[in-house]
Amino acid sequence: MKSSVIIFPGSNCDRDMDVALKKFGFKNKMVWHNDNVIPKSDLVVLPGGFSYGDYLRCGSIAAKSNIINSVIEFANKGGLVIGICNGFQILIETGLVTGALLRNKYLKFICKNIFVKANKTQNKYFNKIKKDILELHIAHNDGNYFCSEDDLKSMQDNDQIAVRYCDSNGEISEYSNPNGSIQNIAGVFNEKKNILGMMPHPERVIDSCLSSNDGSYFFENLLSNMK
Amino acid sequence: MIEVNEKIAIDHGLKKDEYKKICELLKRNPNLTELGIFSAMWNEHCSYKSSKKHLKKLNTKGKKVIQGPGENAGVIDIGDDDAIVFKIESHNHPSFIEPYQGAATGVGGILRDVFTMGARPIANLNSIHFGSPSNKKTKSLLRGVVQGIGGYGNCIGVPTIAGQTSFDESYNGNILVNAMTLGLVKKDKIFYSKAAGLNKPVIYVGSKTGRDGIHGASMASAKFDDKIEEKKPTVQVGDPFTEKLLLEACLELMRDDSIIAIQDMGAAGLTSSSVEMASKGKLGIELHLDKVPCREKNMSPYEIMLSESQERMLIVLENGKEKKAKEIFDKWNLDFSVIGKTTNSKNIELYFDKNKVANIPIDLLSEEAPEYDRKWKKSKLPQKIKFTKKNFKNLKITDVLKKILASPNVCSKEWIWEQYDHTVMGDTIQKPGGDAGVVRVHGSEKAIAATVDSSASYCYAHPLSGGKQIVCETWRNLISVGAEPIAITNCLNFGNPEKPENMGEFVECVEGLNEASKYLNFPVVSGNVSFYNETKDKGIKPTPTIGGVGLIKKYKDMITMDLKETGNIILVVGKTEGHLDQSIFAKEILNEKKGPPPEINLFNEKNNGETVLKLIKDKLIRSAHDVSLGGIMTGIAKMCIKGKKGINFYKYKGLIDKFEFFFSEDQGRYIIEVKKENVDKVKKILDKNSNHYDLIGEVIEGNISINDEPTLSVDKLADYNKNWLNKYMVN
Repeated sequence: MKSSVIIFPGSNCDRDMDVALKKFGFKNKMVWHNDNVIPKSDLVVLPGGFSYGDYLRCGSIAAKSNIINSVIEFANKGGLVIGICNGFQILIETGLVTGALLRNKYLKFICKNIFVKANKTQNKYFNKIKKDILELHIAHNDGNYFCSEDDLKSMQDNDQIAVRYCDSNGEISEYSNPNGSIQNIAGVFNEKKNILGMMPHPERVIDSCLSSNDGSYFFENLLSNMK
Repeated sequence: MIEVNEKIAIDHGLKKDEYKKICELLKRNPNLTELGIFSAMWNEHCSYKSSKKHLKKLNTKGKKVIQGPGENAGVIDIGDDDAIVFKIESHNHPSFIEPYQGAATGVGGILRDVFTMGARPIANLNSIHFGSPSNKKTKSLLRGVVQGIGGYGNCIGVPTIAGQTSFDESYNGNILVNAMTLGLVKKDKIFYSKAAGLNKPVIYVGSKTGRDGIHGASMASAKFDDKIEEKKPTVQVGDPFTEKLLLEACLELMRDDSIIAIQDMGAAGLTSSSVEMASKGKLGIELHLDKVPCREKNMSPYEIMLSESQERMLIVLENGKEKKAKEIFDKWNLDFSVIGKTTNSKNIELYFDKNKVANIPIDLLSEEAPEYDRKWKKSKLPQKIKFTKKNFKNLKITDVLKKILASPNVCSKEWIWEQYDHTVMGDTIQKPGGDAGVVRVHGSEKAIAATVDSSASYCYAHPLSGGKQIVCETWRNLISVGAEPIAITNCLNFGNPEKPENMGEFVECVEGLNEASKYLNFPVVSGNVSFYNETKDKGIKPTPTIGGVGLIKKYKDMITMDLKETGNIILVVGKTEGHLDQSIFAKEILNEKKGPPPEINLFNEKNNGETVLKLIKDKLIRSAHDVSLGGIMTGIAKMCIKGKKGINFYKYKGLIDKFEFFFSEDQGRYIIEVKKENVDKVKKILDKNSNHYDLIGEVIEGNISINDEPTLSVDKLADYNKNWLNKYMVN
């Protein structure tokens, strides 16, 4: 499987994502933000970081970058696109997924392990995953997911809520919500579920010597669903 | 241009004599631009004029030292052609005036010092010190500094893996912010700041130059008074995004051999970077200041030379490489300008609109800079306090423990480090909160451990012992995670060197740290001195901060301090003599602040450390933690909290009082957890190496159980430990 990771100026999880994708068997290429076309890919990843410094609303400038048109085109044709952290913020700014990511509830950057419960219904990302309560890692300032009630309802009806913050037993509550996200939402799909935007970083938890190894389940499962 | 006179020189922070010396050396009066350059190069921050004499004595050599002090950062060999570049630096004065930007640019500056040498930064650390929690400024300063450190480090994408925070009223009017960075480089790809060759182009890259930070270096060497707020405009403003671009662009240019010398524009900006590169290469340098990219209109040569705008670099390139270099900086959207060349004049010659605006022999700025042999006062070892049974009457170990765990200097600093990205780059295998932070050397089996430490109250009580103690504690923290200690960097924060007491503290702390550094073969490879940490003539407690770096050959051999399995046996390696003076127990519980700090026995320190490291390498230890603030009991409680396990203490039968046993801060000790079946083997090794040890208890589930005292739930202790800072920052 071929993947592409886009590097925006200010991206800082591009290498980590490259390492993770290759570890699990993807043939990955790095793509520069000023390029106009994405090389032939089965998966495109928008990595975490602070694209263009994020001095405006996070992700807003990246959503107007050169490469983004071909990302949108790729996604509209049904191609798999993942946005992690800043990548999720960029997906929101392009309109590829619904909602908004506000400043964290307690106005602080948060870096820690959290648990999420994955939505295993028909989608390439979590369907058949061996473990659906995953210990992943978050590191963000603006991950407080919000959307209108109508949007929330239609996303729920269409099973578009991808991952929700929970505790180690899968219990979803205020207590397990790190940043104030509505309905503990940590990540969402677009309508066709070929696009996944989420705040947690699976690429940082891919070895038992790291803070968790659960990111491995994510990548292994995705690869096997893509084959 | 205004005529320079003695008054203007004094306004620039120069002393009368110094101004006289400048005129004599130049054989004329300097013009304003030249005066600005002299004042920047001759101030304490750049010239080390009060400290040089003593720093020369430092132990800076060792088998693994590739580069000692004198470069942008120190470099050590970690095998397989890999090297680690590291340094610590202070940003105290700016952080007190404007905590967010002061701390942020402190991080930015130290990162640049490291990647200037060709290394990719792989870890940040920091040591931050605030006034008493009850001081009305403390909370907002702490919040600002933490957000500033996080704001910069998180954005650039370098993990902050360890740190230290303390509170003491001596920092009420002068906080300390010390930032440390480690970078990884191939041994044959290290870049230095020594210029070489004539007529080589001098290149300016990075951000544009603005009016921010003019005379920042002079401010850093000034004392604080009531008017300090007026200095706000001299604090630089950081832009981590541009720094990230600069980092990537520099590393890209460094892939081949286009660069002859490179130096970041830190304190005293273009002045010190150009003078240092030329001085090291014994060359002259000619700069055309109208070619410097400026952010604001009508900037004068004076302002351009003294601006401390951040995220800028000066490079001496090989001839003919300009086009290629420009392409790289264009790609990263950074300014690039050829602003001058190297010459054989041995002078710094500045032009602006074709007029010569300054001409100073480089030697006068570096070699001829003043060097003082300041008067210093020797300190006496304070009398030991006699603690008796009466002192401990009515005390319960469990109550004392609760109080100590919730005290500002011992409590969990999770509120702080959760705001730092400590996992970006995907190689962090030990996060903040342990004895040392550990990152893997990307793509290899090796890992690097790093820690920062300081013990101001020990140093204040007796500088010589205090100086030794910090080096030993740094060494112990590295050993406790299974790393072989290699080298240190120091950040020497002191009061006014013109006062014999403060100068004495400096001289004796340096002597102490040097003695320990020599004995432990733990050389100093880089560092910085920050004097004049005082407000309204009251100095801070002497606070040398030591950053230590160690190597773990196989990262899978790293250990952590959390207790692992019930049934394992807990031992304390090293002798507990019961030294309570200057301990947290004496201060927090008995309200006794006098007395000498614990004694350092370097032989035991080395012997115990080496044995513990051997036990770790032989996989005989499940968890380890050095005994420091709060003694054995506090140390064990922390191991319990981290491991969500408890301990059943054996009945205490020692000769000293149990409070002395459990809370004294004798040095050179480690708490280790050993599997039952390995206890005999471990005892044998300890005996063979003449290490004193005590068996003190056994790991159990969730409680701490001490004879004759109520059982303590570890969950509750964890809350005590964590809640103090959370509550303090929220209220």
